[in-house]
Amino acid sequence: MLERMKEIIAEQLSVEEEIVTESSSFKEDLGADSLDLFELVMALEDEYSIEIPSDDLQNLLTVGDVMNYLKDKGVEA
Amino acid sequence: MLTGKVAVVTGASRGIGREIAVTLAAKGAAVIVNYNGSEARAMEAVKEIEAAGGKAEAIQCNVSDFEKASELIAYVIKQYGRLDILVNNAGITRDNLLMKMSEEDFDAVLNTNLKGAFNCIRHVARQMLKQKSGRIINISSVSGIMGNAGQVNYSASKAGVIGITKSVARELASRGITSNAVAPGFIDTEMTQVLPDSVKEAVVEQIPMKHFGAAKDIAETVAFLASDEAKYITGQVICVDGGMAM
Repeated sequence: MLERMKEIIAEQLSVEEEIVTESSSFKEDLGADSLDLFELVMALEDEYSIEIPSDDLQNLLTVGDVMNYLKDKGVEA
Repeated sequence: MLTGKVAVVTGASRGIGREIAVTLAAKGAAVIVNYNGSEARAMEAVKEIEAAGGKAEAIQCNVSDFEKASELIAYVIKQYGRLDILVNNAGITRDNLLMKMSEEDFDAVLNTNLKGAFNCIRHVARQMLKQKSGRIINISSVSGIMGNAGQVNYSASKAGVIGITKSVARELASRGITSNAVAPGFIDTEMTQVLPDSVKEAVVEQIPMKHFGAAKDIAETVAFLASDEAKYITGQVICVDGGMAM
């Protein structure tokens, strides 16, 4: 799952894929602002055909957070 | 100029909204003619657009209802695959002097004119973010800029629309989405035709150009703001009022 997610994150946030790791913080390490995160979530929703309520966004601080969140939602890589 | 674009114009069965719909369609956009009560008039507008070789569809929706507005926007995106231009035009008046104005008259005007605009913007933002482009054009009023005796509710709603316009412009500017307001002065429509002659005469005195504007004057301004040529304009209020507010 991490590889595909890295691609999506790199594309959405306009960063190099190599710097995206499970522990990367979106805001601090990847330079994302709140609108970037919103767009990233929309891209993930499309990719995995799920719905991510806006209220859940505040808990998604790192790449790992998103991976765990998606697993909880039953998304398989 | 707008070929391939999809536009939603709220309150487009009559008056300024209808002229905006006709003008955007004439410039190549597929136009959703939204209406609330005036079905027959909305159908006429669609026929007029189609007769001129344009593309249009009439859809009923009370945009002051958050969920209904959501359904309208979702339908358009599903049916047309995109949404490029949103014109928040739906508006009502319930004029009365402050001392006589009821709470109901205040709420009704705010719900349609201000909340209706918020509802539609709220629901199109996601699609426009995805597209990384979009044009949001809100119809305000000279009344919202200068105030107008007898229009505490209407002027508040139209001033509120300017606030929404500017905040949305700031939030979405980095994503290629512009948000602007057009503030008409006194335009010759059904909304102003009901004014008593004495009021009309007094109004004309306040207009440097000494006559009412035409709906087309507003529609052409909206069409420009909706075009690619206006891509560097955002957060602005364009007064089309014969010089009333300056």
